[in-house]
Amino acid sequence: MLIPGAEFPHLCAQCEDYPCVDACSSKALSVNKKTGAVTADAEKCTGCGDCIDVCPGKVPHVHPKTKTILICDLCGGDPQCAKVCQEGGWNCLRVVERGDEDFKLYSRAPEETARNLAIKTYGEKAEELL
Amino acid sequence: MLGYAGKFLEVDLSTTSVKNITLPEEWLKDYIGGRALAAKILSERLICKWEKVDPLGPENLLFFMPGPFTGYFPGGRTCVTGKSPQSNGMVGSTVGGEFGVELRCAGYDGIIVSGKAEKPVYLFIKDSDVELRDAKDIWGKDSKQTDALLNLECRRLLAERYPRVGVWKEPAKLYIGPAGEMKVRPAAVIAKWSHAAGYGGYGAVMGSKNLKAVAVKGTGPLPEVADLEKIKQMINEVCKGSYRNVLWRRWGTGGGGYSFGADTSSEPIRNWQEEWHDQREYGVDQFENKVWVKPAWSDFGCPTNCLKISCVRSGKYRGSITDTPDYELQAFLGPNLGVFTPEENVYLSSLVEDLGFCGIQVGSVLGFAAELFQRGILTQADLDGLELKWGNVDAFADLAKKIAYRQGIGDLLAEGTYRAALKLGKLKGKDLLPYAVTGKGISVGAHGIRSGRDFSREIGYACSVQGGDHTSMTDLPIDGWGSEIWTIFNDSAIMCIFTSFSISSTFRYEFYNAITGQNLSRKGWLHGGGMKTLQIQRALLLLGGPDIRWNPLVDDDNPARFYEPLPTGPCKGQTGDKESVKQKVKKYYDQAGWDQNGIPTSETLTTLKLEYVDLSLGKLRC
Repeated sequence: MLIPGAEFPHLCAQCEDYPCVDACSSKALSVNKKTGAVTADAEKCTGCGDCIDVCPGKVPHVHPKTKTILICDLCGGDPQCAKVCQEGGWNCLRVVERGDEDFKLYSRAPEETARNLAIKTYGEKAEELL
Repeated sequence: MLGYAGKFLEVDLSTTSVKNITLPEEWLKDYIGGRALAAKILSERLICKWEKVDPLGPENLLFFMPGPFTGYFPGGRTCVTGKSPQSNGMVGSTVGGEFGVELRCAGYDGIIVSGKAEKPVYLFIKDSDVELRDAKDIWGKDSKQTDALLNLECRRLLAERYPRVGVWKEPAKLYIGPAGEMKVRPAAVIAKWSHAAGYGGYGAVMGSKNLKAVAVKGTGPLPEVADLEKIKQMINEVCKGSYRNVLWRRWGTGGGGYSFGADTSSEPIRNWQEEWHDQREYGVDQFENKVWVKPAWSDFGCPTNCLKISCVRSGKYRGSITDTPDYELQAFLGPNLGVFTPEENVYLSSLVEDLGFCGIQVGSVLGFAAELFQRGILTQADLDGLELKWGNVDAFADLAKKIAYRQGIGDLLAEGTYRAALKLGKLKGKDLLPYAVTGKGISVGAHGIRSGRDFSREIGYACSVQGGDHTSMTDLPIDGWGSEIWTIFNDSAIMCIFTSFSISSTFRYEFYNAITGQNLSRKGWLHGGGMKTLQIQRALLLLGGPDIRWNPLVDDDNPARFYEPLPTGPCKGQTGDKESVKQKVKKYYDQAGWDQNGIPTSETLTTLKLEYVDLSLGKLRC
C-alpha cells in the first residue's frame, strides 16, 4: 500500500499488441486464442525478466523459488479472483467482454495508479503530499 | 403536411420586419428539412448572384432549421446554415440541444434570417410572439456569461408577461462568442456553453448580421404525426439499441484521443506531421480519473448520453469546464498542438468554447501557425513575442485570444487556415499551402486517410460537397454505404449519427414515413431529395466567390500533407496514392452525373428538375 486508502489490484490487462510476448527471446510466452490471456511455458522460461521491462504496468514477476515468470492466465477463462470479488459483493473486479476499448491503458505501474487514485480521492492535498 | 408545424419564420434584420411564410408542399416532400431544405431555399433565392454575395455581408441568408425528426427521434439537433465564409459554398452544420424541439413547439419549422441589424440585437421567440431585442448588455460577453445573462433576461421577461404560469424553465438558445462578433472565420454558433455548429463558420455570419443570439421558448405540442403508435414503438427500439451501446455510453468519443493515435494512426499530431502516438497519459482512463466530474450527460431525450462533463479541479488551470472533450477537440487542441495532458486539453477546449470558436478550425489554425514557427517562417517578432513551441499551452491560449479579438497576427490568422496560408504566403514570398491541411477552405476533421485504418476514405474529403467536414464524407459507389447521400438525409431529417448505430439502413425511412405519412424509400431518397441536394450544394460550392473560387481539377484533391509518408508508428511510410485518388475522383464524377471538369451536367440537372441551377452554372461551362 503506497498511500493509505488507495488500494487496488495490480493485474495483467492483456494489451492488444502484447509487448511481453514480442520481447520474450526464448519464446516461453504465448497468447491463449480463446481467452486472450498470456500463458507462460515454465520449461522454456529462463527468468531473464525482459517481459517485465517492456510491460507498461510491470505486471509479470519471477517466482522466488522456481525462478520462472508468472503472468495471470485468467484461470483458463474463469478468473477466480473476479468470482470471489463478486461473491463478496465488492464489485471491484468483474469479467468484461473484449470490445473496442484500449486495454493497454489499464496496464499501469502501481505507483502511477496509486498517485491517480490518491489525487482523485483526496484532491489537491494529495498532490502536495506525493 | 403532417409532421411539420406548417410555417417558417422570416426575419429581416435591416427593416426589423418579422413575418411567417409557408413553403410549397413539394419542397417539403422533396427536401424534408434541415440541410436539404435550406439548400433549396438558399439556391432559389441567391444562386443567380451567388458569386457576388459576400458571406459576411447583409445579402447572405442564415438558416436555423430543425427537421421532421427533431423532437421525435431520440436526441434533437438543429441545422445552422447559409453561405459559408470558409468554403464560399453551403455547409450544413448541425448542433445538438433543445433549440430545434423548442422551435417546433413554438410552431415554426425553421428561421430564415436576412439583412443586417443596425446595432446588436437578439431574437426572442415565445410561441407566436417574436421580438428583436437590444443586445447591448450581452454583446462582447463570452459563451458562459452570454448563456447566464440570456437565461436571466429571458426568464424575467417571461415571468413579467405571463405572470400566472409559474416558474419558467430556461429557453433554448443559440448564440455566438467574441469570435463570432469579430467576424472571425473559424467562429461557431454555440449552444449550452460547449455545443457548437462548427463547420462553415456561421458564428461569423451571425456576427456580421449583428445578431448575438436566438432564444426560443415553445409551449405548444410538437406537430401532429401520421402514426403515433408506430413512432412510440420505433423510439423504444432506438433507445434499446443505444442502451446496448456500452462503449459509447461509457466513454463517448473520449476514448479517441488515445485510440485513434495508437491503434488506427489517424490522429493529427503537430499539424498532421505525424499521425501516431502512444502517449498513455492521454488515455481515456486518465481523463476519467483526472477531469471527468459527471460520467453521463446528454441532450434532451438522448439515450446514448455520450457526453461527460469535465472540470479541472486543481493546479494551474483550475476551474476550466467543458463537456467530455470529444475526440475532435481532444485531437485538435491536444496532440495537434503537441499537448498530451488531460488538464491542458480541457483548459484549451474550455477557452476556445468561451471565445466562441469551432475547436477543429481554430485548432487547425493554431497548429498551422506553430508549424510555421517550427520551420522558422514565422518568428517570435511576427507573433508579437509569443514563443509558439509545440506543447506551450499558454502561448496557444494567448494566440487563440488574439485571433478571437483580431489583435496583431491574430487578424491574419482569423481568416482561417486556408486564407491565412494564402495571405502569409504573399507576405513571406513562399508557398505555404502545403502546411494548410484543408479541404475547400475547411480544415479537415481529425481522421487522416494515410493509414487506411480509420473510417475516412481516400476521396472522402476530396469529393465531399462540404469540403473537409468529417461528418459528411463520401465514398464510391455513390449508392453505397459510405456515400454522402445518406449523410444528407441525417442532416436533413435531422438525427444524430451516434444514436443511429444500432438501427438498420431502412429504419430511418420508415420513421420518416410514420411521421409524415409519405412513402419514401432508400431508393427514392437516392434519386430524389438526396441527389438534388448534392447537386445544389456542388453547384453552390463551384460558383463560390467573391474572394475564392475552387477549380475542381486542382481542388478536388486531398491536402498536400496527405501525400507525405507517415514518419512514425505501425503504418510508417504509408501515404495517399495520388493516381488512385485521381481515378476515383473521375469515377465519382461519372456516378454523380458531373462532367470531366466536375461540373454537374445539364442532363443530370434537367432530370432532377433543377433547371434554374443549370442556368446559373452556364457561366462555368464556357
